[in-house]
Amino acid sequence: MTKDLVKAAFYRSLPVLGGYLVLGVGFGILLGSVGYGPLWALAMSLAVYAGSMQYVGVSLIAGGASVLTVALTTLMVNARHLFYSISMYDLYKNAGKCRNVLIFTLTDETYSLLCGGSVPENTDPDRYRLAVSLLNYGYWAAGSLLGGLLGQVLPFDTTGIEFSMTALFVTVFVDQWRGTREHRPALLGVGLTLACLLLFGRELFLIPSMALITLALALLRPALEGKEGTARG
Amino acid sequence: MDNGHTVALILTMAAVTAALRFLPFFLLGGRRRTPAFVSYLGRVLPYAIMGMLVVYCLKDAAAAAPTVWLPALAGVAVTVGLHLWKGSTLASILGGTVCYMVLVQLVF
Repeated sequence: MTKDLVKAAFYRSLPVLGGYLVLGVGFGILLGSVGYGPLWALAMSLAVYAGSMQYVGVSLIAGGASVLTVALTTLMVNARHLFYSISMYDLYKNAGKCRNVLIFTLTDETYSLLCGGSVPENTDPDRYRLAVSLLNYGYWAAGSLLGGLLGQVLPFDTTGIEFSMTALFVTVFVDQWRGTREHRPALLGVGLTLACLLLFGRELFLIPSMALITLALALLRPALEGKEGTARG
Repeated sequence: MDNGHTVALILTMAAVTAALRFLPFFLLGGRRRTPAFVSYLGRVLPYAIMGMLVVYCLKDAAAAAPTVWLPALAGVAVTVGLHLWKGSTLASILGGTVCYMVLVQLVF
């Protein structure tokens, strides 16, 4: 990889850097508090690499949950990753040797950085996406290890820092909104998810939301397909 | 605590998560051409997913107490405002997050 490519990828990954380090530290501390040290935190972050599921996972581990419970919980919490892979299918399918790494490291945050599909000029798209993905993976792993090492001692009160990930998604949403005149997919995403949240509650709303969004997009296909502005933003 | 059981739980989380990520590629992998519907979803899903993710992140803020949803609302408003004004992703995230943190730590 060239220096320019890594620099561009690093710049792209900056919005995730702070959030992943701090949330990773938080995870390391949390896992430490139930009796598993820094190497456990590092290993779990490298193997699972799914932020919110790892937080849920700590309480499952502490409570001695069964393998079946953990499998079903992971399925519910992480089902949205199916969406990311379907959405990135065309971009990733021919990525050669990087393909499997790109798929394995496709988190919410990495997806939000790469789903637009555009890459800097004169860079190999696959390598650029690989670099962004691996940088994020590194931030998360480093944060987890650091959290495990720090234990309960944190230099400052980080309550609320998790909002940085929400803010990242908000900025991507705004960018996408301004990049197209076709707002129905975005409105469907917000509207149907909100409706499902009210209808099914916080624990169960995500999977019905995904089903309804897919159905609605399928029904709208004749209207949206081929129209200007539905290209990747 | 039983370390063997913990290892089994971590591997379960890892396997299910990876399976979800790889499943579409596994199911469609044998085809030379991407089915048109999947390509279509690839183009329109990013918009819908980002809307879904924003709602997902704010799901806990939808609680009745204003001390919960006011900081979140303010944080989102500051993020959107800064982003429309300056257009710098980093500045928007920083501003929104600082606003949220100040509100949850000092005000409420």
